[in-house]
Formats: sequence, structure tokens, C-alpha cells
Amino acid sequence: MANIISDETIEYVGILAKLELSEEEKEQAKKDMGRMLDYIDKLGELDTTGVEPMSHVFPVQNVFREDVVTNGDTREQLLSNAPQEKDGMFMVPRTF
Amino acid sequence: MHIADMTAVSLAAAIREGKTTAVEAAEAMLARIAEKDKELNCYVTVDKEGALRKAAEVQEKIEKGELTGPLAGVPVAIKDNLCTEGLLTTCASRILHNFVPTYTAEAVRNLQKAGAVILGKTNMDEFAMGSTTETSAYGVTRNPHNTEHVPGGSSGGSAAAVAAGECFYALGSDTGGSIRQPASYCGVVGMKPTYGTVSRYGLIAYGSSLDQIGPLTKDVRDCATVLEVIASHDDKDSTSLVREDTDFTKALVEDVKGMRIGIPNDYLGEGLDAEVKDAILQAAKVLEAQGAVVERFDLSLVEYAIPAYYTIAAAEASSNLERFDGIKYGYRTEEYAGLHNMYKKSRSEGFGEEVKRRIMLGSFVLSSGYYDAYYLKALRVKALIKKAFDEAFAKYDMILGPVAPTTAPRLGESLADPIKMYLGDIYTIAINLAGLPGISVPCGQDSKGLPIGMQLIGDCFQEKKLIRAAYTYEQYEKK
Repeated sequence: MANIISDETIEYVGILAKLELSEEEKEQAKKDMGRMLDYIDKLGELDTTGVEPMSHVFPVQNVFREDVVTNGDTREQLLSNAPQEKDGMFMVPRTF
Repeated sequence: MHIADMTAVSLAAAIREGKTTAVEAAEAMLARIAEKDKELNCYVTVDKEGALRKAAEVQEKIEKGELTGPLAGVPVAIKDNLCTEGLLTTCASRILHNFVPTYTAEAVRNLQKAGAVILGKTNMDEFAMGSTTETSAYGVTRNPHNTEHVPGGSSGGSAAAVAAGECFYALGSDTGGSIRQPASYCGVVGMKPTYGTVSRYGLIAYGSSLDQIGPLTKDVRDCATVLEVIASHDDKDSTSLVREDTDFTKALVEDVKGMRIGIPNDYLGEGLDAEVKDAILQAAKVLEAQGAVVERFDLSLVEYAIPAYYTIAAAEASSNLERFDGIKYGYRTEEYAGLHNMYKKSRSEGFGEEVKRRIMLGSFVLSSGYYDAYYLKALRVKALIKKAFDEAFAKYDMILGPVAPTTAPRLGESLADPIKMYLGDIYTIAINLAGLPGISVPCGQDSKGLPIGMQLIGDCFQEKKLIRAAYTYEQYEKK
């Protein structure tokens, strides 16, 4: 395997991804990611000098619309999906 | 003919003519589901009461002449990543086990306006990440042609439900083949339209630049009819296109005379099952005999589509799935120490293995220091792949090939080796990168009795050519 994923990298990616992996999952993730990156490295065979990255196929840009409310008040329904709510607001754990 | 064996369009006609009713049709489907779905598990949620209530409502409107469309009164199944107001929408994930949307996806609304009766929500790979419907948190779906085999994925529940007669048609979504491949494995018709043709509003995003909603149906006429209804320009989706040519049923014409069809040599090479290859070439001969001009050619870059795709799709997925944080909806872990620990634990317990694998990969390829080497590189390769297709469509009206290298694998065979599973997407994935339309049409069975699908790929906006060729082929095979 050409790409060796270090413990530090997996820790770091775990922070970015907001995932907490068990030791077993971390070992598996190191293997999986290394294999995938080896495979993705195939793209390096292609010379892409001067090729613009294409994010969307069609050049549809700056699509604006008037900011008009079309739906009604759905606060109650929205809050009913929340794991915890209080006084019409989402409840989160203490943040400090 | 049993009512469950009718196509969507013929059922709607029978309802209009008073030979049956929307209520009878819904009841027949619910009975079929009760009979078969314990084994097949096509549905995550069946909305029995809602379906019967809606069917009665629609029937009344049909009788009053208020609903006259070609799908009025016909029961449909919706993939469980499309939001439906008031009806559980799980994305086949534990993290959305109790999510009830407050709005309905635009494509589904278009169906409702046309008098559709929603039977329920179909099983899928979790967040549409997978090719077998085995990554669902709600159990595997089985292939109706052989229950020891997978239905394909990620829209496996939709494809299997159509094949089993547990609905008259279904909606799926296709990010890298997720409509076409299960359609092929289950012996039904499935189409991914040109990117931007169907609004993605209300589709729970996986790879936003690749995702498109499309129909899974019993035949090509149903496919064109459903696509015509769901295609619309929508201000709520900024990638939605304005198209004047969405009268797809006009293309239901038996005529391929002079049509230029290219078969990529790269699509017939190593890895392709011999029986699948024979069936595809046989289908090509049928089109040739009907007057099409069929040639082989070199498409190039085919082997780069999968690594480019998985880079881009994982990157977009890692960003799109950030919203599942255990605060606004869905699963929250029981015990935690502070906000960040709550995020991490909720996500780690709520997401399945394949989803976490892709979020990790996506976070990595977008991270500082690797963004250029991986993500931007993949976007540059995407531009090259698009160019290769542009060159092909300068010579051909459409490309013909297999949908998948094999017929449906046995349950449990695919997940052990993710890269091997990803390789199965080789013929479908480039189409999403290039935003092209593609259709899967049944073209026979292998010696085990499992269906084989032919794929037709068109240039952007050329769905009508695909429908015409697919219809011509299908009509010939019926004779």
C-alpha cells in the first residue's frame, strides 16, 4: 500500500468529520482510506495541466430569486422533530 | 389480467374508463404488499391509511373531471430519501429513524398534482451509498427474481417493488447508477435524466452535483410518462434547468432508422460477464435490424471515472451530511459530555459503516494540503471525461452498453470489499459526472434466470432519442 495513513491523520480527519471511532474502527479506517487513496492516485496518470476544474456541467451561475415566504408557520412541526426542545427553541447541551 | 400486472398508464386509462377505481388499485397494491413484503422488504414505511384516503379523494376528482392526466389514480412508491410531508423519511439510516418532514419534495409534489397515490417509502442503501441495498439500517431488500440475490442499489427497494408488483411505478435517485443498476438487476426500466431536469428540492442530498431523481417503471411508455410529469423548472433548486422539451411521451415512436449508435470497446472488455455481453450485443443487433447504424469505438478515460467519482461524491457527502448533528432532527446519543462530544457520539452511533467510510474519505480529500491533489484533480478529470463524451456525441446519437458487469450478486457477497463493489459502477458512473441522461432497459436473462439490462446513454437533453430507441427495442421484443 503506497498510502500509509498515520494515527494522527485519522485523529485529524475524525475531528473534521465529527466522528468518534473506536480503536477497531480506526484501524479499519486507516486500511480503507489507504486503499482508496492508492486507487484514487490513478488520476495522477492523467496530465491535467491547463484543465479547469469542473464543478458543474452546465454554466448556470448566480441564480437568484426573490426572498418571499411561501410556506406557512411550521415551527411546531419542525420542533417536534428535535430530540429536545424548550419554550419553542431547540435545546442543546451546555456550550461552555 | 390481474390488476397488479397492469402498467401505470394502462391502469390510469382503466380508471378513467370506469373499469376499476383508484381505491381498488390501492387496495390491490396493499394486499400485494401484505402478501410479499415480509420476505422482500421493499418498503421501509407503508402508509396504508394515507394511501386509501388519498385514493378515495383522487377517485372523486377523476369522476368530476378535475383530474384527467395519464397517471391519475395510480399508486406509486417513493424512495425513502425524498421528503414527504407528514410521512416518515429515514434515508434508510438510524440517524433519521424518527424524521417526519414538514414539506414534500418537488418531484413528489408534481406527482401528487397529477393524482398519484403514495403507498409508502422504499428501502435503499443508507443515504444512497451502496450498490446492493444491503447498507440499509432497516434490513436488506431481496430480489423478486431470486430472493437469495440483491436487488441492486441504491434504489433497490423501488426497483424490487416495481418488479414484484408492489407498486405500479416508483421514484428513485441516481448519483452513480442508483436507478439504472437496480432497474437492470430487477428487470424493470429505469432512467436518470439530464442533470437539472428534475428538481432536487426535498431530495436528501448525497453528492449534489451528481444526484438526479428519476422513474423506475414496468415499461418505456410508463417511464416517459412519469418523467414528463416530474420534470419541471424549480426556483427552489438553483441547479434546475429551464427546458421546453419535456414532452417526453412524444418520443414513444417505433423508429430508429438512421440513428447512429456507438458501442464503446472499453465497455465490453475485462470484467464483463459473458452472458451479459451476449445479451447486450444481441440487443444492439435488434436495433441494427430496425435501421440503426451500430459501430464500435474507443471512448477513452473509462477507468478514471470511478476514482474521480468517489473523490467528488465523498467530498460532497462529507459536506452534505454535516447537517446531521443530533439537534434539529433525528437521533441523539443518550449520554454525552458537552456539545462536541454529543455531535460526535450521535453521528458515530447514527451513521452506518459505509456512510462513515465516505464521510472520512471526503473530509480527507477536502482537508487543507490535500484539496488540490485530490479534490481539484478529480474535478479536472471530470472535465476531461465530459470532453470525451462530447467527442463521442459528435459522432453518435447515443452510446449503447451494459448497465453493470454482472447480473445481481448473491446477498452478502459485495460488502466485504468496498473497492470491488465500487468497480461494479464502471458503466454507470461517468454518466453522472458528465450530467448525461441514461436509461436501463431489460434485455434478457442469464442462465440463472436473473435479468440483464441494456444501457443507452445520450448527450445532454437527448432523453427523447433514448426513449425512442428503448421503445423501439421493447416493442420488437414484445412481438
